[in-house]
Amino acid sequence: MGIDGISLFLILLTTFLTVVSILSSWTAVREKVKGFMISMLLLETGMIGVFVALDLFLFYVFWEAMLIPMYFLIGIWGGPRKIYATIKFVLFTLFGSLLMLVAIIVLYFLQHSYTGVYTFNLLEMYKVVLPYGSQFWLFYAFALAFAIKVPLFPFHTWLPDAHVEAPTAGSVILAGVLLKMGTYGFLRFCLPLFPDAYQSAIPLISILALIGIIYGAMVAMVQKDVKSLVAYSSVSHLGFVMLGLFALNVQSVQGGILQMINHGISTGALFLLVGMIYERRHSRLIDDFGGVAKVMPVFAGFFMIVTLSSIGLPGTNGFIGEFLIILGAFKSNMVYAILAALGVILAAIYMLWMYQRVFFGKVDKPANEKLLDLNLREKLILVPLVILIFWIGLYPKPYLSKMEKSVTSLFELAGQKSSALQSYPAGTVISETLNVKQYSLK
Amino acid sequence: MPITIPQIDFRVIMPEIVITLFACLVMLLEPFLPDRRKWILPHLSWTGVFVAAYFCLPLWNSNLSLWQGQALADNLSVIFKIIFLLGTLLTILISYLKSGHHWGGEYYSLILFSTLGMMIMASSSDLIVIFLGLEVMSIALYVLAGFNRTDLKSSESAMKYFLMGAFSTGFLLYGIALIYGTTGSTNLNILVNNPHLTEPLFITGLGLILVGLAFKVATVPFHMWVPDVYEGAPTPITAFMAAGPKAAGFAALLRVFLIGLTPLAPMWIGILWILAVLTMTLGNVLAIAQMNIKRMLAYSSIAHAGYVLICIVAGGDAGLSSAVFYLLVYSLMTIGSFAVIIALGEKGEKNEELADFRGLGLKYPLLGVCMTIFMVSLSGIPPTAGFVGKFYIFSAAVKNGQLALAIIGVLNSLISVYYYLRVVVIMFMQEAPSTAVVPHSSWSVQLALWLTAITTLGLGLFPDILFKLTQQSWLLTLR
Repeated sequence: MGIDGISLFLILLTTFLTVVSILSSWTAVREKVKGFMISMLLLETGMIGVFVALDLFLFYVFWEAMLIPMYFLIGIWGGPRKIYATIKFVLFTLFGSLLMLVAIIVLYFLQHSYTGVYTFNLLEMYKVVLPYGSQFWLFYAFALAFAIKVPLFPFHTWLPDAHVEAPTAGSVILAGVLLKMGTYGFLRFCLPLFPDAYQSAIPLISILALIGIIYGAMVAMVQKDVKSLVAYSSVSHLGFVMLGLFALNVQSVQGGILQMINHGISTGALFLLVGMIYERRHSRLIDDFGGVAKVMPVFAGFFMIVTLSSIGLPGTNGFIGEFLIILGAFKSNMVYAILAALGVILAAIYMLWMYQRVFFGKVDKPANEKLLDLNLREKLILVPLVILIFWIGLYPKPYLSKMEKSVTSLFELAGQKSSALQSYPAGTVISETLNVKQYSLK
Repeated sequence: MPITIPQIDFRVIMPEIVITLFACLVMLLEPFLPDRRKWILPHLSWTGVFVAAYFCLPLWNSNLSLWQGQALADNLSVIFKIIFLLGTLLTILISYLKSGHHWGGEYYSLILFSTLGMMIMASSSDLIVIFLGLEVMSIALYVLAGFNRTDLKSSESAMKYFLMGAFSTGFLLYGIALIYGTTGSTNLNILVNNPHLTEPLFITGLGLILVGLAFKVATVPFHMWVPDVYEGAPTPITAFMAAGPKAAGFAALLRVFLIGLTPLAPMWIGILWILAVLTMTLGNVLAIAQMNIKRMLAYSSIAHAGYVLICIVAGGDAGLSSAVFYLLVYSLMTIGSFAVIIALGEKGEKNEELADFRGLGLKYPLLGVCMTIFMVSLSGIPPTAGFVGKFYIFSAAVKNGQLALAIIGVLNSLISVYYYLRVVVIMFMQEAPSTAVVPHSSWSVQLALWLTAITTLGLGLFPDILFKLTQQSWLLTLR
């Protein structure tokens, strides 16, 4: 197990969002509270385990074990179509990860055939240069698992169902952390283990990511339900992250990681806000609202800030992430960058349009007249999120500098391996290791 | 000229002797005990199991053999005997020890005899002795399957099992006869060196043996009896059948094909490959359509037989040890899930439809959690023993170049997740009907539940200790 500049922030995000989402369920979850808390904590264990594991076997165990509590969270405390959604979620995720399991086993035996040692230790595996043929297949087996989790464009259909049906806490964790496990996997496993296959997959995955960005945004635009709008916006945002990771320069990758954190914060906050209004009004349809800003000014204020951060307005965290990604993408391929920028515009359209319909105008529905504004607990939940939004937006340096070292060393390793493949026979063991602090479990 | 009496080392067959003695004792005591003393019989039976285990454990690493390998005490046989004894112990525990319902002495005695047959099957390298063990095991099982005499389904189950079983043993015996005809021996170690191994007669014989054993472990296309028999038989016996005889059949398959006839691998590996794929796929796909939980578990047991076949195809030490590990794990989790069914149906109602499980997890969380552990483990999701078992199986397949089989295997476990998790959905995500059943379980059923649930989780978290033991089953296999 270990931590570096990449996983550090994801772990912090996990722990932070778990606390926030438990607080948010204070009144929303009234039955079977014990089971709910057990599931949340088991989920947290699984998620942290995924981010700290430096052993492929351990990683896989956490990766799958985390499915069970999530399955219960959606299935027991979820909305009306919860059973369909939860089974779809589990089957989709398992499909990818089972093939990854085979790939892990294959990698394990390849490792042995090149070094003579049986090990699942990731740092040892980093050292081996695999021939291109096996890199290719193994990369796609891993990539499928991660792409389903992200979700990359054609594999995204589980996401809206799961997000919409999940309870607020579940949606926050799902959007905030679970999706990041996919992108994290690309960075932690695919890039350093199969650098050449990774490079050869750049056009394919970038195009899928772009389709995701634009398609997600367009579908979000026509949603009637606020929650599914946010869910589709996740598809779009995660497309940005993937684009950043596959533009393959330090800036874009840093932007990608930062955008993972940003998305966790702002989409998490959006789900929280949607949950709060749903608790009061028992509806999430955009048409049911109108003029809410007059009744709930504080709520509207928070919602505005989070919306702007989700759009990526300068001064908020979303801007830094998207800017870095687009800047990086511009360096490697201009067309991608231009198309991605189009996604930012679309995001502004669907978010602001939704905001306008919900919060402005007249209070023409009698049910909306007596909505109570946020109470102290809810404000306390949202304030730290807003602080983070502005902190990252105005002064991202502490975050970026921590990431930079890890990303650079990851790049060095990948570069070294791919040049080694050209000049030496496959199976060469390189001695350079990553700059990862290793902690042993005692 | 001095006559030398051959030294017989009775330690080798001591576990079998103990089980036989206890089985006879239980049967003989039964008529002489007044009714109010009959409760003693099940306790006597599990004592017998423990005594047998006590004689079994010192045989580990002893590597003894008797009568030219007709009785062996290598590590493989010891570990299989432990699996059988464990299965028997759990079966006795889930046979309602205390709720006023007594099966009668012959029930326990038959279980012990059946166990005896399995133990013989697992510890011989002689085909005839394997056959004898199989018969002892099966005949006891035919009776047990029909033990609910008043229940039509139970009688049907016994009849079906008997007829199909008689056919299959016929195949097995005919196969042995053909092999004896070509090679002049029934001892695997001797006949493997015979020069006539490529003769059509021998190959036919081998094929017939495969059919006979494939019937016992329920691989497709010899699986037709499984759902009906599993559904009709009394639930503890179903659990017993899913665990013990299946493992025994695999013990024989491993002994004959993987150990005895390894040099002939090219001859049988293709057929077993196809059998494995068919068995996994058909078992899993058909299980989806089942509404009765016993039938569902029956199809799932077919599918699991397919996973173990992967190990035999993979071969080598990895194949053998992963097969043994998986059979042990499978016994635990399948007996555990049947124990839950028993806990639900203990008052005489059947409660075997999936719909009877509605809301169970909400009303009785402990029972629900136990069932969830078993279902998750059966579908092979960490951190349970089922995952570790499958992991070892797929590793063995990949290691020995059966990548395609491993991929088919994982895709199959994806299919299985659907129907296993459906049970969990029904238990936790549907409201209980007002007429919901009240599980009322005796201490013994609960003990069995706890034992199986804890070991299923425990082996998932700390599989190393046991797996190291199963690996040694290869090192000291007598040939």
